[in-house]
Amino acid sequence: MMLPSRVLLFLSTAFAVSLGLAAEPFPSTYQVPASPALLIQGAVVLTGTGERIDGADVLIENGRISAVGRALAAPAGARIVAAQGRWVTPGLIDIHSHLGVYASPATKGLDDGNEATNPNTANVWAEHSIWPQDPGFETALEGGVTTLQILPGSANLIGGRSVVVKNVDAVTYQAMKFPGAAYGLKMACGENPKRVYGEKNQAPSTRMGNVAGYRQAFADAQDYQQQWDKYRRDLAEYAKKKSDAASGGKKAKDKESGDKDLTAPTPPKRDLKLETLAEVLHGNIRVHMHCYRSDEMATMLDVADEFGFKIVAFHHAVEAYKIADRLAQKGVCAAMWADWWGFKMEAYDGIQENLPMVDYPDHSCAIVHSDSGDGIQRLNQEAAKAMAHGARAGLMVPPERAIRWLTLNPARSLGLEDRIGTLQAGKAADLVIWNGNPFSVYALAQQVFIDGALLFDRDHPAIKPRSDFLLGQPGEGAAL
Amino acid sequence: MKTLFLLCAWTGAALSAQDAFAQDFLIRGATLHTATAQGTLKNTDVLVRGGAIAAIGAAARGAAGVPVVEAQGKELTPGLFGGLTSLGLEEVSLESQTVDSTLNIKSPAWTQQWRPELDVSPAFNPRSTLVPVARIEGITWSVLAPASGDTIIGGQGAAVTLDGRYDAVLRGSGSLFITMGSAGAQLAGGTRAAEFMLLEQAIRETRAQGPIGEGALLHGAGREVMARYLSGGRVVFQVERAADILGVVGFARRNGMKPVIAGGSEAWVVAKELAQADVPVILDPLQDLPGDFDHLGASLSNAARLQRAGVRIAFSSGDSHNARLTRQLAGNAVAHGLPWDSALAAITANPADIFGLGATRGRIAVGQVADLVLWSSDPLEVTTLADQVWIAGRPVELRSRQTELRDRYLDKVKAHRYF
Repeated sequence: MMLPSRVLLFLSTAFAVSLGLAAEPFPSTYQVPASPALLIQGAVVLTGTGERIDGADVLIENGRISAVGRALAAPAGARIVAAQGRWVTPGLIDIHSHLGVYASPATKGLDDGNEATNPNTANVWAEHSIWPQDPGFETALEGGVTTLQILPGSANLIGGRSVVVKNVDAVTYQAMKFPGAAYGLKMACGENPKRVYGEKNQAPSTRMGNVAGYRQAFADAQDYQQQWDKYRRDLAEYAKKKSDAASGGKKAKDKESGDKDLTAPTPPKRDLKLETLAEVLHGNIRVHMHCYRSDEMATMLDVADEFGFKIVAFHHAVEAYKIADRLAQKGVCAAMWADWWGFKMEAYDGIQENLPMVDYPDHSCAIVHSDSGDGIQRLNQEAAKAMAHGARAGLMVPPERAIRWLTLNPARSLGLEDRIGTLQAGKAADLVIWNGNPFSVYALAQQVFIDGALLFDRDHPAIKPRSDFLLGQPGEGAAL
Repeated sequence: MKTLFLLCAWTGAALSAQDAFAQDFLIRGATLHTATAQGTLKNTDVLVRGGAIAAIGAAARGAAGVPVVEAQGKELTPGLFGGLTSLGLEEVSLESQTVDSTLNIKSPAWTQQWRPELDVSPAFNPRSTLVPVARIEGITWSVLAPASGDTIIGGQGAAVTLDGRYDAVLRGSGSLFITMGSAGAQLAGGTRAAEFMLLEQAIRETRAQGPIGEGALLHGAGREVMARYLSGGRVVFQVERAADILGVVGFARRNGMKPVIAGGSEAWVVAKELAQADVPVILDPLQDLPGDFDHLGASLSNAARLQRAGVRIAFSSGDSHNARLTRQLAGNAVAHGLPWDSALAAITANPADIFGLGATRGRIAVGQVADLVLWSSDPLEVTTLADQVWIAGRPVELRSRQTELRDRYLDKVKAHRYF
């Protein structure tokens, strides 16, 4: 489905509209680059919809998928890519990345991922910390990652706004920003907030302190929302009276009091924390919550119900397998590693069958995420390991289903499932040509496209982004 | 002949590693990846007697009266190296009472005391949940590597077998661990130059006759230990930058140490020098990000380049909880240009040789301890799993705390689809 530009305009101004503000700040400047029509021929195509088509072609025109199927006709002037023996998948999507905010090199000067000065920093936006020159972006691209959600860290109960970016070479983050993508709000359960603030001898220092913190924050946001709702009602009334007065239909005796009535209402003072939380309550900002333990996920589902917002995904959901049914019933995604465990108490019950177990119920939404500049380069291998352990436990996940963990399901959690995450006509031509079955340790992304533009080609070293930081460094020429 | 062990039985044999006694048996018709000059031998038998490999091939075929494991062409490798880890030295990384890998004397840099006499192996707990988690995936041994606390000297570590025995230390593998480069500089007063300055001081104290004055780095026991390492002892230097690697190699040679480079993300830059000096490198072949200014040359081609230059390489992620992933390191190194046999050697024969264990571990050869893994397919492939694991000829029960958790919740998940 092709989104008309007015829909994009609507999406991008949705936040501003709900608070009656002028325009969205920090707008995306990303432009879909011009690219020639392209016909990829004869590949094994995993569409991301759950389908596998062998010997299939993919036709790309104007940066979008225009057809997927066998024996497609090449339009005049189309570039042909012979892909026999290769596999094609949608571009991979990582919904948990700190690239740019915890950049390489991990110096103090680039340590911008956690505003660990207050347990609630809903006012901060991850995009303002992104260093677009982080070399991690290019290594992630070489691993087939085309879209990322960059989040603040997990030191705080409410860490701030996330941002969805396209993995394109850019000097500014605005030029990476996914046009029209909703913001996310990073929240965190468990050990990290209580450790960070408990060590400073301030709240929260316990899990009950954590929950009190989320609840008070959203109670305050409700109050803020009411103030703005009242202001908008008053403003509407004022506008109506003003318009009535201008039309001259008022009685003369009302004139004196009418002047008084025609004073414009004063808007409440903007509070950037509460503004973000109010947008969550409005449903315009999507909650992504770091939460390891199943019992804490259940607590948070109740907190969300209490205040009427939705958690779209639990991240680092190491224990999601214990409540796979509940998550599916609630339509909440779980973003998981294949095998990380034991580095802290809340990660002690990690198992390698987590992904296939969470994936098993109908209406599930299992996602592979990285939280790592290393792991993001091999999301396909993370899925492959989980597939193998699932199969041994009797949970068979074929490649055409497993690819959804890296494509459609993360797109759903971002609210972008109509635009990316599958190879279907009308969707963005974000795709990866692999040199073989991607669920193999030997598989490498051969070519990576974003909106139809070839941004990485393993056979042509010139076709790859190169961070300013690495220019003239000893790392240059490190590739074989 | 009877088939003793069921293939693909992920619930494993009934006996635990502790209780099982070494039994003689024949593995018939396996694809042997020997990690020797013989390479891969197809449809080959292996006879295990008294916990060791007694015969291979035709010589094994004649064995009568021993139970038989039908490999049906599946791939058999030596037991795998788990890397430089804290396996059995830590349970939950962020819970300090469960971590025994690091000594912290908590003294400032200029009054610091070095304790090279610390040996972490007495802290090894074979009953840690991490041990079976690693073992059931074919990791049969690992090297306990003490981490640097507040000095560059981590102390001594050694290789351990992971079959659950209490006396797990493998003799002859003891090593001293020292952290260099920018990580060490923070512990040496702020400059990496001070690492060498302090090491020189420790060496002088060690070689001095009689008592040493105040402000000494070393106690008597420390001097005795240092003396051993100054006469050909194995010293593992954690170091990344090319210049530092060469500095360490020269320093070690001048002072009689046998250096091993751990980390070595820029080792490819000085591959020729390392090959000439016969200095091995234990690396993480996935490390390709310039994570700090010591890693600017980090590259996925590090392993392949070192191998081509003739450097002996071994793989370690340093991750104790996921020591099981050394196979994934090796597979990725192959994807980035390392020959398959060299990748297998980097997680079997090479680390055994580096730690002085090559005569008994790391290969499928007559006389080697029978640490063996039978795989569902290509052992370096991430979708392959261990079907059977033997340590010193004893079958490993394929259970861990994680498989218990899985089984507890799996039935609930499988019981029904929810909609």
